[in-house]
Amino acid sequence: MTERKYLAGEFFMSGDDACAEGAISAGCRFFAGYPITPASEIAERMSERLPEVAGTYIQMEDELASLAAVLGASWGGVKAMTATSGPGFSLMMENLGLGIMTETPCVIVDVQRGSPSTGLPTLTGQGDMMQARWGSHGSYSIIALSPDSPQELYDLTIRAFNLSEKYRLPVLVMTEAATGHMYEKVVIPPMNEIEVVHRRKPAVSAGEYLPFKPDADLVPPMANAGEGYRVHITGLTHDERGYPAMTAEAQDRLVRRLVDKIERNRDDIIDLEEDRIDGAEVVVCSYGISARVSRIAVEQARSEGIRVGMLRLITVWPFPEDRIRDISEQVRAFVVPEINYGQISLEVERCACGRTKTVLVPHMGGGVHSPGTILEVIKQVAR
Amino acid sequence: MMAKREEIRLCGYGGQGIILAGHIIGQAASIFEHKYATYIRDYGPEARGGTCRADLVISDEEVVYPYISAPSVLVAMSQQAYDKYHIENNEDALVIIDDGLVKPVPNKQRVLAIPARRIAEELGRVMVANIVMLGFLTAVTDIATADSMKKSLMATVPKGTEELNMEAFERGYAYGLKKAGRDRHFPNGESG
Repeated sequence: MTERKYLAGEFFMSGDDACAEGAISAGCRFFAGYPITPASEIAERMSERLPEVAGTYIQMEDELASLAAVLGASWGGVKAMTATSGPGFSLMMENLGLGIMTETPCVIVDVQRGSPSTGLPTLTGQGDMMQARWGSHGSYSIIALSPDSPQELYDLTIRAFNLSEKYRLPVLVMTEAATGHMYEKVVIPPMNEIEVVHRRKPAVSAGEYLPFKPDADLVPPMANAGEGYRVHITGLTHDERGYPAMTAEAQDRLVRRLVDKIERNRDDIIDLEEDRIDGAEVVVCSYGISARVSRIAVEQARSEGIRVGMLRLITVWPFPEDRIRDISEQVRAFVVPEINYGQISLEVERCACGRTKTVLVPHMGGGVHSPGTILEVIKQVAR
Repeated sequence: MMAKREEIRLCGYGGQGIILAGHIIGQAASIFEHKYATYIRDYGPEARGGTCRADLVISDEEVVYPYISAPSVLVAMSQQAYDKYHIENNEDALVIIDDGLVKPVPNKQRVLAIPARRIAEELGRVMVANIVMLGFLTAVTDIATADSMKKSLMATVPKGTEELNMEAFERGYAYGLKKAGRDRHFPNGESG
């Protein structure tokens, strides 16, 4: 009955559909979610596709349960994902923290829309970028990727799974309605050409295994439940056995490691697209659909003789602090267009640390910037 | 030769198949003609009855900016959608209407009309008016060849409806060839 197990070829496809196909390509075989515009098409496609590849799709009662089910599936040994938009993303924050604390590989896709609250269900936004970083309580590091096309939604969903398996944490794909609902050609390579990473398994016997004892890269090998290893999983601060350890010392050891396993591997995780930054007087720093729109303004500014560079954040979290710091030594200003009232611009400003100015080009949501608006700001700061 | 960047807008009311027609065009251009095509659609919360639009950018180069600013072709299948979505900033634009449903405002833009809904009724299924319009659009522009459009059409419509859809396409295409004659629309100002 399984007609199409694996799709390969060229398709005229929406970003949402490409995201679902990326998940299938990465080996995702479990999706639990609650439909929400503009992410519903991801759930819809997964509900069709997962049964074709012997996977499981569950429509849950809400977003709290959705992410809880995804974490459980991952511990059961299955690559798992959910997809939502702002209101659902807010509800997932508690279980995002549980996923961080229990080092559970999974992928969460946020197709952002106009916000706060119910906001603009069918229209675009980028207002969840700081929530992606800090939305759950406590100190932790996160990985968040930002695609600018349906093709990149496919590619980065695969990468999100790979990073989640490698570093053992929930990885966020932060896209937006504009990209999720955009249709373009998406090329899906043959299965044997796709790099797929699987979680590292224990190298020791069941008797010797400590489920939260890290290897040198600070990531512990992961035994799935039911494989014969003792597995104890808790959101409480725990020791290497996974048992609660209610001391400041255990807390220090665990929280530092959860942060350091990401921060020490920044070079592996951070992916940037740079265009003519050397010699630039102004650098436009943006991400997602806003970066795409910015490219038009950058081209126009260049045609008017302004030396403008472009820095596109494909990885938004961890933030490319070092690169921003380096660039801040040489440019007159950063221009940061984003569809919110200032989020990533604050990070740029923090890393520029007064060495150069950072100018936000905000858009409250419901649409994208007009390239002319961005061009005007580039001209003002270049003057 | 096609213009480097062609912006096409289709609009009508929900349920007419505007969104599907946009998909068929984008797929024809990107998959079957290996051009770059970006397709964005916009509709209200209603499944039927509200206005909807399909915006396509088709280009020989990568489409960086995916939004429409000056459509070179506007297809309108309802008055309300026409009133809401027509843009008059391009005097060279071609406006294509279902003349049983839309009365365009007089301006310098060229207008071509087809009674797509009536033709679809003659075929026994009013729901294929969008495909009649697609055939017409294919005949009077060079967005994509008829061959590519038909391939895309067949790859898209539900099984069991292929014959009806192909007939609808051919009716619109023939009407377009007759109506436009040699006066086909080449947005780049070139002859074909």
